[in-house]
Amino acid sequence: MFIGYFTERPYQDQKSGYFGATGRDIADLGISNSEYDPRLGSELYNRYLDEKVYAEEMGFDGVMLNEHHSTPFCMGGVVNVEAAILARITKRAKIVILGNVLPIWDDPLWLAEELAEIDMISRGRLVTGWVRGTGRESVAHNAQSPFNWERFQEAHDLVLAAWTKPGPFRWEGEHYNYRYVNPWAKTYQQPHPQIWIPGVMSRNTVKWAAEHRYPYVMLATDLEPTKNSYDYYTEVANEQGYEAGTQHRSYLFKVHVDETEELADQAARKYVEGPSNPFLEGNQGIVRPYLQNLPGMTSRTNLLPTVTSYTQARARGRLQEHEQARTIEEAKAARSADQFGSYENQLDRMSIITGTPKTVIPKIRHVLEYLRPGSIFFWDGDGAMDHDDAMRSLRLMGEEVIPATREMAKELDLKSPFEVDTQTNEPIEQEEVVAAGGQ
Amino acid sequence: MTTAEQTWTESTTEVAGLGVRYLQAGDGPNVVVLHHSSGNLGWIPFYEALSRNFTVTVPDLPGYGQSERPVWAREPRDIAILVDRFLAKVAPEDVVLVGLGFGGFIAAELASMHQERLASLVLVGAAGLQPDEGEILDQMLIDYAEYMSAGFRDEEHYREMFGEEVAKEVRELWDFSREMTARLSWKPYMFNRRLPQVLGEVGTPTLVVYGGEERVIPLACARQYADLLPNATLEIVEGAGHYLDYEEPEALATLIAGHAGG
Repeated sequence: MFIGYFTERPYQDQKSGYFGATGRDIADLGISNSEYDPRLGSELYNRYLDEKVYAEEMGFDGVMLNEHHSTPFCMGGVVNVEAAILARITKRAKIVILGNVLPIWDDPLWLAEELAEIDMISRGRLVTGWVRGTGRESVAHNAQSPFNWERFQEAHDLVLAAWTKPGPFRWEGEHYNYRYVNPWAKTYQQPHPQIWIPGVMSRNTVKWAAEHRYPYVMLATDLEPTKNSYDYYTEVANEQGYEAGTQHRSYLFKVHVDETEELADQAARKYVEGPSNPFLEGNQGIVRPYLQNLPGMTSRTNLLPTVTSYTQARARGRLQEHEQARTIEEAKAARSADQFGSYENQLDRMSIITGTPKTVIPKIRHVLEYLRPGSIFFWDGDGAMDHDDAMRSLRLMGEEVIPATREMAKELDLKSPFEVDTQTNEPIEQEEVVAAGGQ
Repeated sequence: MTTAEQTWTESTTEVAGLGVRYLQAGDGPNVVVLHHSSGNLGWIPFYEALSRNFTVTVPDLPGYGQSERPVWAREPRDIAILVDRFLAKVAPEDVVLVGLGFGGFIAAELASMHQERLASLVLVGAAGLQPDEGEILDQMLIDYAEYMSAGFRDEEHYREMFGEEVAKEVRELWDFSREMTARLSWKPYMFNRRLPQVLGEVGTPTLVVYGGEERVIPLACARQYADLLPNATLEIVEGAGHYLDYEEPEALATLIAGHAGG
């Protein structure tokens, strides 16, 4: 079992009035950075790095970083900078990037170099992961949305080639062209660091990950659909002629532990309430469907299925509800209905797990038994949680939750990709832990 | 107009190995109309009005509607090449080429490479030039309805055209068309910095028509086209928006007949 720690590093501006109780409605890509306070940003970046160092001290196997752009909910726009710093200031934990947004890189060779440097500085502790990104990321770096999937695949192939094929060589692809590929940096891990693919539940991506035998990391999805996605992965694996195991399944979920049930409840409410993260489930950030689903991000047909005529079109059909952009008023109405997504609702669905170690551990057991993942990440310290909230939880995780989770995983035979090779399904010899980093 | 009295025909021809669908009606000199980036709604009243004086041909641009997608196409100039080859088959000479919005961009590109085919050119609310004042409305960052309604002089005229609830078929057409437009004109959006450099070579008599209430393509572009093209006349239709073909079909058809002598 691999146990990682994650926070999305929200830009928590208590004075901004963006979020939660302050009542200001915000729409994705609708906030000007004129309100950004770099001194606050400075404090937060340092705080989040400190918490990750402490997570390592508390026994986490890895710290996970993610990347988003032009949004206050995640400060990891240049995630590789954070990863590079962690490579130097941590000693043992894996640095798990889930993930770099491949299609928005116009020069993925640069990414190959950056990741190789991070892997070397960390002495082989990088786990790399790649995503297609949401519409937000394509807008933020102006990547042509209809070619998102093509660029993802070609950038993946190029980075792997840059890492594994002796240079110099030429790369003349559909979206990337290089006359000289010969990066003067190679990954410490050979042939290359592990590649994990995070996702929500795109069938395309699950299928692709299974075809490559990459672990698939479900990001805080509900238990049943998560299991369905794993089942689909298994189905594709069977078609490919191998058996998917726990090493191929990974799960990120929200867990906060605290000293008392009352404190746990107070802190966990901050996932949803108060400043940032506005786009966490249950908060009031509004996502615009037409930006999330930019033209061509998901496959559409090459030919319009029906002949339309002006008169026919005027006479027929009504808008499907899901095609409509959700207005601020509609979102407000949904919130006041206090149904799907409320804090209590998320507790019921185990979308948020909180309590003292005594009450949390059985719930983690339920997740492990139901999903059988070989690697998990606890998502904590997010929303409006402050440094103290995060540190209390980290300490209790280290003292009680992590050891108990390891025991349960052992009993349930949940093997991580560091115990069983995802490519061969053969056991991996455990290496001595080498103290790396800041000598 | 009703479908029971269909006046037009629908055909398909092949260009570069791909089917191109086109609608056709009328009699007289050849007018070919290139549609907006939002696609061709079908035989709209504007085409009907034109067909009183001309043989009117309206292709679905390659990759739009019922015309097959050239998956390799990366810019409007690629489509202009295909449309030129389409004209070679359907209306090889003395063509009055009418471009609407994005279709105007294609038409201008085509004129820059093969003006000998054209009797005259009509650019209606045409994209293609980087405005020296204002910015082209970016359809990629807003909802379809918001984008389309910005093309009308006001919300009321938009609703008059598309109703309170836009029909599913029309939404599908917009969605499908937007994807193709994103393949062709993502960046720079709706203009080509290489186009103005060659427009001075286009001697074709050109009518540049924009609505006075244009909110999609800045009116600056009307003046820029009129300045760059040596043989151009500028016409501003007061009170109208970007979609002159939807809002003012008769007036636009009359202007074209006056210009092209149909």
